Amino acid sequence: MTLELKDVTKSVDGVTHIKQTSLTLEAGHFNVLLGQTGAGKTSLIKMMAGLDPIAGGQIFMDGQDVTKLSTQKRNISLVHQFFVNYPHMTVFDNIASPLKVAGMVKSEIQGRVEEAADILQLRPMLNRRPQELSGGQQQRTALARAIAKESRAVFLDEPLANLDYKLREELREQLPELFAGRGAVVVYATSEPEEALLLGGYTALMDDGCVTQFGPTAEIYRNPHNLASAQVFSSPPINAATITKQGARATLDATTSWPLTGDTANLQDGQYIIAIRPNHISPNPTEQTSVTLTGTVLVTELSGSESSAHFEMGDHTWVSLAHGTHPYKIGEARNFYMDPSACFYFTPDGSLVA
Amino acid sequence: MKKPYQKAWFFVLPVLLLVAFNALIPMMTVVNYSVQETFGNNLFFWEGLGWFEKLLHSERFHAALGRQFLFTAIILAIEVPLGIIIALSMPRSGFWVPVCLVTMALPMLIPWNVVGAMWNIFTLPDIGLLGYLMNHTLGIAYDMTQNPFAAWATIIVMDVWHWTSLVVLLSYAGLVSIPDAYYQAAKIDGASNWAVFRYIQLPKMKQVLTIAILLRFMDSFNIYTEVFVLTGGGPGNSTTLLSIDLVKIALGQFDLGPAAAMSLIYFAITLFVSWLFYTLMTKDDTN
Repeated sequence: MTLELKDVTKSVDGVTHIKQTSLTLEAGHFNVLLGQTGAGKTSLIKMMAGLDPIAGGQIFMDGQDVTKLSTQKRNISLVHQFFVNYPHMTVFDNIASPLKVAGMVKSEIQGRVEEAADILQLRPMLNRRPQELSGGQQQRTALARAIAKESRAVFLDEPLANLDYKLREELREQLPELFAGRGAVVVYATSEPEEALLLGGYTALMDDGCVTQFGPTAEIYRNPHNLASAQVFSSPPINAATITKQGARATLDATTSWPLTGDTANLQDGQYIIAIRPNHISPNPTEQTSVTLTGTVLVTELSGSESSAHFEMGDHTWVSLAHGTHPYKIGEARNFYMDPSACFYFTPDGSLVA
Repeated sequence: MKKPYQKAWFFVLPVLLLVAFNALIPMMTVVNYSVQETFGNNLFFWEGLGWFEKLLHSERFHAALGRQFLFTAIILAIEVPLGIIIALSMPRSGFWVPVCLVTMALPMLIPWNVVGAMWNIFTLPDIGLLGYLMNHTLGIAYDMTQNPFAAWATIIVMDVWHWTSLVVLLSYAGLVSIPDAYYQAAKIDGASNWAVFRYIQLPKMKQVLTIAILLRFMDSFNIYTEVFVLTGGGPGNSTTLLSIDLVKIALGQFDLGPAAAMSLIYFAITLFVSWLFYTLMTKDDTN
């Protein structure tokens, strides 16, 4: 299965929600839509599902133009962030509903529902109603419905966002194998960069109604093509600042500068934007961290195995993320150490130069 | 074990008094009349269950009861599906919503006797708009004061006009409470419009429909004013519904005993059928 978007756009009352977007999504791996709330993930999914009309462009499924095809005829599944099950039906009937609509024979429905229920551990709940289930079980019911129906495309719109932490991890681990080998194009929308990395596959980064970059997840994490992509695909937020390049030296401010090597040294002199992930800024000097930054600690967070510090340095607030616990004091001025080789260099309008 | 908090009974007392004054005491007066015979002058004689026995064997009573059931059955069979269809075709948002809602509510705001009088004039063969149109423009002989079938058609159309709105408004309230997500889920399942109605809209409307059907049953089964003002129970006795017959016996003939017995039977039937409807329609929810 292939799902192809060709120059699709969407606008509501003159406001553009999705700018001209082209994407080719394949079956066999997860296709993650990663972007912050309001970036257009749900809009794009609704367009692909046929729930919202598109203003321009075309959508193809396996080469067939489905742009004007109704949702009913596209043969797709959709799991929402909030749990949508038919409240008056049992879990069994909920999972069976698309199969019944498709006119499948009873014995086959029984088999398919039970198979899906087994995968999602819903066997004991088949005769209950959705409101008698926990949130996780309700969402598993919705997922089972998507699995039982052999659809051409499965859209998962932040399906784990409303679940508690533990369940989320559990289901997230199961998800890729649930859909593996089913031949459907799986599209997974999320606002969390970690989730995209954990799910692997391909990722489309979305920002302000645009797909800023699309490619294998790990690759686009390592090589953002523009500042927007680097910002979307970083948690905590990526550190950015304007530097001045002169000869083979980059200057951040009066006290901070570092030598440039390789491609970056050959750039034209002038202003550039650098971006560096928080994990490349350490509270302690290491072999790679050749640049010393001095800042005032504003906020610190400790997540058990990692600690982060937000520090103010001139006009910028940057974040450092390091393994282990570090004794930061709020308001103290201290040194952080940066690995300049981990910097991305962008032109002032945001495209990657090195 | 802690002693139960007995003072709570005091808080129930006002309700008991209220119910006693507006239901139990008037009801007991009727019970009192139903077992006695009176010839006026406040003279009463014990009759026992005689009135009930006579009534249950009376052809006149059977006929009136039959007409009452027929009327209610036709009313429900028309108003409930029609109300649902209108509610389904009403817009869910935008400018036309208040327009539709007010238009729908208008007939219900008109007092019952005014409705009867309005339709009476409306259907007059020579000067009424409908009557004139039928007789003189379309050439269909229509006079509900002469023809029982015309009389029945008129009281039914009148009630449909007056009360379908109730079903519409309640169904509409049920429909707009359905989140978009269910419609989307149904679309994704590939459901047809009929399947959406059968499996999403109808179950979601069930509770309000139960109330609508109960209200329409009780009101149409106890209908008096509109029909009485319109036809007076005629021509002949063709539209003499149970309520009209009851008033004839009680106030026309001043037969208080039989009228009281009839009231009680009438009440029992209304109560029983309402209970039956309610039980049948809420059966699924309990298991």
